[in-house]
Amino acid sequence: MSTFTAPQSTTTTGWLRDAATLTARVLRHWKRRPGSLVVSLLFPVLMVLMFGYLFGGAMAVPDGGYMAFLIPGMLAMAMLFGLETMVVSVTTDTAKGVTERIRAMPVTATAVLAGRSTADLLNAIVALAVMLITGLLVGWTAHRGLGLALGAIGLLLWLRFAFTWVGIYLGLLLKTPESAVAVQILVWPVGFLSSAFVSPDTMPGWLGTIATWNPLSATATAIRDLFGNPDWNTHGWAAEHSILIALIWPAVLTAIFLPLALASYRRLDR
Amino acid sequence: MVYEEGFTRSLPRPEVAIRALDLGKAFGAHTALDGFSLDVGAGTVCGLLGPNGAGKTTAVRILTTLTRPDSGQAQVAGFDVVRDPRQVRYRIGLVGQNASLDEILSGCENLVMFGRLLRLSAAAARRRAEELLAQFDLAAAANQPVADYSGGMRRRLDLAASLILSPPVLFLDEPTTGLDPRARIDVWSSIRSLVGSGTTVLLTTQYLEEADQLCDQIAVIDAGQVVAHGTPDELKAKVGPDRVETITRKPSLDEVFLHLTGHHPSTGRAEPMTENTR
Ligand SMILES: Nc1ncnc2c1ncn2[C@@H]1O[C@H](COP(=O)(O)OP(=O)(O)O)[C@@H](O)[C@H]1O
Ligand SMILES: [Mg+2]
Repeated sequence: MSTFTAPQSTTTTGWLRDAATLTARVLRHWKRRPGSLVVSLLFPVLMVLMFGYLFGGAMAVPDGGYMAFLIPGMLAMAMLFGLETMVVSVTTDTAKGVTERIRAMPVTATAVLAGRSTADLLNAIVALAVMLITGLLVGWTAHRGLGLALGAIGLLLWLRFAFTWVGIYLGLLLKTPESAVAVQILVWPVGFLSSAFVSPDTMPGWLGTIATWNPLSATATAIRDLFGNPDWNTHGWAAEHSILIALIWPAVLTAIFLPLALASYRRLDR
Repeated sequence: MVYEEGFTRSLPRPEVAIRALDLGKAFGAHTALDGFSLDVGAGTVCGLLGPNGAGKTTAVRILTTLTRPDSGQAQVAGFDVVRDPRQVRYRIGLVGQNASLDEILSGCENLVMFGRLLRLSAAAARRRAEELLAQFDLAAAANQPVADYSGGMRRRLDLAASLILSPPVLFLDEPTTGLDPRARIDVWSSIRSLVGSGTTVLLTTQYLEEADQLCDQIAVIDAGQVVAHGTPDELKAKVGPDRVETITRKPSLDEVFLHLTGHHPSTGRAEPMTENTR
């Protein structure tokens, strides 16, 4: 048996290594269970096909067609779907005792959460790639050049970064994998009460206001602008400043939920 | 509480690997630990014996930095569990009451990942994983996902995962609960071989036979307190000469427990017979 040595380093490289080890762990999960990853990637594709081809004919379409309006909305929705994946992942680790084992090891809370966040961003990048290819196949295009298109993708990942912390916090709060079903359901009102699928102008007054100010709407509207895709109401303060709001909303969510997630993790010893 | 005076000032004696002093912990209105004190000498195996709900897991969780005590102090391998959890975590291994493994990953992937988190290099983590898989008779299942493992295999992998750094102090919370007799014997022999290498072990159990088989010292815990402490033989002697005389064979630990706490360990049922009933 090898002799015991207690490494004393609490260096940045050690921290980065821990975070990388935990990110790699999630990638290994994908490799071991590709089924659940594939299903989560194909679900938004299925929604594009359903909404675009089944409901699209019945939609009041802005210039450019419903598909060109829908794809940016679905890209934003795909960021929101990450919430459920994260809650399942965090609660499963609690249920299986993995969280406990890691807590009994000399790994800092920030490294654990950074590992999760990084893995989730990688997941988001793959999900965006699948959705963008789907979009191109169904006739969607970005009209304003590569630079602005990359800016749109940046805004989407910035939104996902915020949702990651909401997801980690909810996962630590809810504890059991069964409760992830609640999150799975709650994603829908958030999605439908936004400009992802339809214009908030078509909703009753106060619902329309909520939908206009929904973080999802800010990002959807902003990326429609950056991709040069059609939109309905481009008047009003919120619509005219959608990029600014799409920058601020995730910052606000992160400022609230990142500290909450970290504190929840650290308070698991209560 | 002989060592209460000067406890915080004096450095821990190196021969004491685990020291708990007057630990208290309540969950809401329910008191799980109530003045729990225990010293475990370095290189010895101490059994924490008590019925379900006695506070064994709570004590182990405090000593392994997973739970914060409400009151009292504890040191493991010379470091305070509240003030210096990181130093403690480098020096302990924990096999929790329930398996704590990544079920999607293989046994080997689990061990390599935990080895990396303990700051082994990639090559060293892999080498150590292979060593442990062989030692715990899991080499054949090394690349299967843990989800496919039997209860006994999970327990052995759990044990292997807690031994990656060969920690000087090892906590085993009911390591054989829920195992069939064969798997239990396997885990026992794994624990015995560890003990030979000088590791300090705190083992909780509801099985009196297990404590008798594996432990140098036994602490009997009831309602969050250590109610008796000694070698298995000393505990048997404490039952009193009257009982030893009337019973031709030595009293079993079952009877010791009944005598000390007033109820049977397996059921928690109160018995009206003993003078020590609280
Ligand atoms: N997290 C918790 N929340 C509420 N009660 C708890 C918690 N952990 C333990 N308890 C209670 O504390 C008591 C001691 O539990 P535990 O330490 O698990 O005992 P043992 O391991 O000896 O069976 C039990 O009555 C249990 O119900
Ligand atoms: Mg227990």
